[in-house]
Amino acid sequence: MIRINCPYCGERDHSEFSYGGDASIKYPSLEASEKEWTEAIFFRKNIRGFQLETWHHSNGCRMWLEVERSTVTHEIKSVRPCHPDLQKVVENNK
Amino acid sequence: MTRFNAWNVIKNGLNGQSGWSRQWRDPEPKSNYDVIIVGGGLHGLATAFYLAKNHNINNVAVLEKGWIGGGNAGRNTTIVRSNYMMPGNHEFYEHSLKLWENLSHELNYNVMFSQRAHVSLFHSPGARDSAARRYNIMKLHGTDAELWDLKTLKKKIPHLNYDDSRFPILGAAVQRRAGNARHDAVAWGYARAADSLGVDILQNCEVTGITRKNGSIESIQTSRGTIKGKKVGFAVAGNTSVLWQMAELGNLPIESHKLQAFVTESIKPLLDQVVVYGVGGAHFYISQSDKGSMVFGGDLDWYKSYAQRGNLPIVQDSAEAAMAILPCLGRIRLLRHWAGVMDMTMDGSFFICKTPISNLYLNAGWNYGGFKASPASGWYFADLIANENPHNYVHNHNLERFEKGINIDERGAGPDPKLHG
Repeated sequence: MIRINCPYCGERDHSEFSYGGDASIKYPSLEASEKEWTEAIFFRKNIRGFQLETWHHSNGCRMWLEVERSTVTHEIKSVRPCHPDLQKVVENNK
Repeated sequence: MTRFNAWNVIKNGLNGQSGWSRQWRDPEPKSNYDVIIVGGGLHGLATAFYLAKNHNINNVAVLEKGWIGGGNAGRNTTIVRSNYMMPGNHEFYEHSLKLWENLSHELNYNVMFSQRAHVSLFHSPGARDSAARRYNIMKLHGTDAELWDLKTLKKKIPHLNYDDSRFPILGAAVQRRAGNARHDAVAWGYARAADSLGVDILQNCEVTGITRKNGSIESIQTSRGTIKGKKVGFAVAGNTSVLWQMAELGNLPIESHKLQAFVTESIKPLLDQVVVYGVGGAHFYISQSDKGSMVFGGDLDWYKSYAQRGNLPIVQDSAEAAMAILPCLGRIRLLRHWAGVMDMTMDGSFFICKTPISNLYLNAGWNYGGFKASPASGWYFADLIANENPHNYVHNHNLERFEKGINIDERGAGPDPKLHG
């Protein structure tokens, strides 16, 4: 079991969360070329090692989280809210 | 290499089994090959075999970082079927099934292919309609397919849970020619047959670097020295992205996910078919091995991973699914479980294609279904490498299909790799 330290709820089993996917993807502007959109939607780095990914605390506070996790050992380095404003709130409450 | 036949079995039975030679050589790597296949799994070995057999290209090396049969070849549930409906996929998997039917003779190795029928249960009128549509498409293409109503199903498999299951069983979509095979025997059979045609199988030979020159691959650095090849094929599903980035080719429409499977202790004959159950997004498949163990598997672990070990929530899910359809398994004990790393692609279909590098060819993206595909995968990958021109069946199975909008999405799940079961 992976344990994810939710900034709001505390450390919980990963079965409380749903996996989102690669958090490093930046969508291009609407006017961008088809090539750029294809790259953003379909192509992935698929890192073997630490990657940024999103998890949804779907059976908890329902916050979307940005997690830095190793895809080899499953070790988690950092967890923070995806939303920048929530990130600030969490920082200020520390 | 001593051939397997009745005469040799009798002769060696009388002389203490002393007349058998080793199954394949253990050669030192040569400095030059016509074709280098990276990956000594079922797909890589099958490719090498068909390169030699169909195209007379014998100066071939298969590089395997571990040992033959130690990767995903030994991490699957050995199901063989061809119930696909998308153009390209259908013809491809049907050809694969036909190759399976003659594989033991072709390889002179008993792969224990058993056409015991693949029984896919449905639990609602909607699911029945959807199965009928898929199986009608199969029939129109000349593949065997049939629907069993509840009465037939109860007669064939009386011990499924028909009484009080959460999702009542209404019937099943059946492919009788489908079944399973012995995974180790397939790997060993292909390795032995390829070796006897001159292919060098290099085990413990991990690729550590790729040298490019003028738009083509010049040489490959391995843990057993530098090897040059006129053409290079990647067949390393699970780790495709790692090798792809070693060749400085950037991103792929692939994520690596892990899939678990389970084996129980051996019991007397219980289940004559491969039974599949899918409802409410859950996914479960079970069969009984020739040794008597129940072999089953379920969903992915739902998060990206290269770790070849599974996580507990899926153990629980799979055990619950087993109990839902076969409550008689309640007291059986698990012997082993394992996880294999798979290329999950953005539309759930595979790649057999050329790449931006002129002498590099890609075989990848097998999702849940790499085992059954291995004969045809080797067949068409060898054809692509030898003739440079993708066969009609696989000409859309390339990396450009996403940009062109011709995704081959059997399940219609969209661009999220973990959703393609």
